[in-house]
Amino acid sequence: MRVGLFATCLVDLMRPSIAFAALKLLENAGYEVTVPAAQTCCGQPGWNSGDRESARSLAEKLIVEFEDCRYVVVPSGSCAGMIRAHFPEVFADEPAMLAKARELAGRTYELTEFLTKIAKRGVVSASFDGTVTYHDSCSGLREIGVKAQPRQLLAKVAGLKLIEMEECETCCGFGGTFSIKYGDISSAMAEKKCANIEASGAQAVVLGDLGCMLNIEGRLRRRGDAKTRVLHVAEVLAGPTEG
Amino acid sequence: MHFKARASAALADATLQANLRKFQSAGFTALRAKAVAEFGPELFEALRGEGAAIRDRSLESLDAWLDRFEAEAVRRGATVLFAETRAEACELLVEICRRHGVRKAIKSKSMLSEEAGVNEALAANGITPIETDLGEYILQLAGEPPSHIIAPALHKSKDEVADLFQAHHHAPRKDDIPRMTREAREVLRGHFLSADLGISGGNFLIAETGSGVIVTNEGNGRMVTTLPRVHVCITGIEKVLPTLEDFSTLLRLLTRSATGQAISNYVSLFTGPRGRQDRDGPEHMVFILVDAGRTHLVGGDMQEMLRCIRCGACMNHCPVYRAVGGHSYGWVYPGPMGSVLTPSYVGLANALDLPHAATLCGACSVACPVKIPLPELLRKLREKQVNRGLRPWREMAAVRLWSWTARRPRLYALATAIAVRLLRLLGGRDGMIAALPFGREWTRGRFFPAPKSGRTFRSLYASRPTPALRKP
Repeated sequence: MRVGLFATCLVDLMRPSIAFAALKLLENAGYEVTVPAAQTCCGQPGWNSGDRESARSLAEKLIVEFEDCRYVVVPSGSCAGMIRAHFPEVFADEPAMLAKARELAGRTYELTEFLTKIAKRGVVSASFDGTVTYHDSCSGLREIGVKAQPRQLLAKVAGLKLIEMEECETCCGFGGTFSIKYGDISSAMAEKKCANIEASGAQAVVLGDLGCMLNIEGRLRRRGDAKTRVLHVAEVLAGPTEG
Repeated sequence: MHFKARASAALADATLQANLRKFQSAGFTALRAKAVAEFGPELFEALRGEGAAIRDRSLESLDAWLDRFEAEAVRRGATVLFAETRAEACELLVEICRRHGVRKAIKSKSMLSEEAGVNEALAANGITPIETDLGEYILQLAGEPPSHIIAPALHKSKDEVADLFQAHHHAPRKDDIPRMTREAREVLRGHFLSADLGISGGNFLIAETGSGVIVTNEGNGRMVTTLPRVHVCITGIEKVLPTLEDFSTLLRLLTRSATGQAISNYVSLFTGPRGRQDRDGPEHMVFILVDAGRTHLVGGDMQEMLRCIRCGACMNHCPVYRAVGGHSYGWVYPGPMGSVLTPSYVGLANALDLPHAATLCGACSVACPVKIPLPELLRKLREKQVNRGLRPWREMAAVRLWSWTARRPRLYALATAIAVRLLRLLGGRDGMIAALPFGREWTRGRFFPAPKSGRTFRSLYASRPTPALRKP
């Protein structure tokens, strides 16, 4: 069955290895994966900035690009949330596009959600020697209910031990453009997150969204922590890949 | 001063930060979580749904329920006055004071009186207002506004309060809380007995009985509403509920969401003035029901905000509020509900920062007892700002340039290839960028992690060997 991979703009630019990891996990699960070559951004920056037209045009582009995929898989709770929860709002006043947006929302999944809910074959064969803690990214958690799925998959990674940190569900302070509009507040929130990560004693923090990843890694290194690794859940589940 | 400047000052204020940390560890959020667990999470979820539906029903026929409320309240001997503006509310109150020869007014907690500036209006007309809620009393001595809608003085430490009491009570400094509280009670007792007027807020208005309700923990509210000759309840028109049964549902939601209590220490319903057989109660009872921008929200795309029952759960759960405190928000209502209410009541252009002062993390709407979609309302306010041309042109140019480029995959590929290579170079050996020309807001408190590869995923994917040529 054809699965379309929407890499997301941040993965595409900042950490291609995550998209290759997602690709490997989907292929291991027996899916034929297609990566539409012209894909760019889901339109979330425009939507959250209040510029409906910017969001609308990119949403329409994405809907067309993934029209013939049985499923669309996204290694980001935030972008998956944009497609699932907000594309229908973007097209609220356009019946024809609204139907398409709803139809796309119905077959779009965040990566760990897809691997636990749709994929039937076991996909995790990686190993990880050490302790990790999991940061629940806001949109994934509260817009589409990603909570148990990544933990369920991480439990299958040989050697990995999960230690929950305090306030794992509290926002890290990224918030898209919030991080560059209110840098001081955003950094203060990231600092609280980093303190909780440190207090957990885990060797790595694992998460499912690039925004949180940049924010948390940037703050960890800035506060002098060169050791704690910051990993996307796909990278941990897939083991070493290209990119 | 805007939100951003106030927030930065709050972050740099070590005393405030220590007080905020204490507030968090004392934890309304943990108390709420415990109360929800005891109630049963699924039952509580269902109750939230009921609460939202009751509020929607009330708002859909707001005029009819207000008419009913007025008829029932008048039938029971109360007077019902309507004020369209905050200024009008103050005028009505001052007129009542004049008519009854009021020189001193005691107050229990009322956010609407903060909205209207009641204390200032009274003082300007020679009437002394005395706040009797302990937190509000502390703030009246300090000359500060509340920083939380149910715990108004949470930004103050015990030591700061001890200093204030010493300065104002003309008594030796005390620094244990029970003795400080006793001292405040003794001072307030004299005011309770000598005041001519009691001013309360109203958590709810019950249409079928014409009653006002206050939900409190300190007991001062009951004295304010029963001891003086005249009682004025001042509240917003949206607070009306059809029936006592509806009130019982919302009360269960309110106390659990606010403080994690199954019920508050006091729940006071006041229905008309002292009756012939009553041994206490005011001789005159007046409701001042204030619009002050509320009807503009009825029937529009922000109506859901009027469901609000003022529990404070949204701010308790808001990581931004927890970092910067309530005063950063600049007007009466802080946190997520404030960021929606302030622009709605004082004008979009007068609170440009607030709808953006959130990460849209959604912690508020998950905790809201009446399911107000706060992040969605904040986003709608952002859209209204854009449509009215109220955003800075540079911000709009950046958003539109991104989207314009992202719609042109070839141009996008070229632009991103260059950007990724440049950022990769800037990252150096450890892959961390310490300063970015246009990213000072980011790099002031953090490094910016450079791209891990010098190329984009799409370009790497396009140039990867076809499956047949790849290693097995």
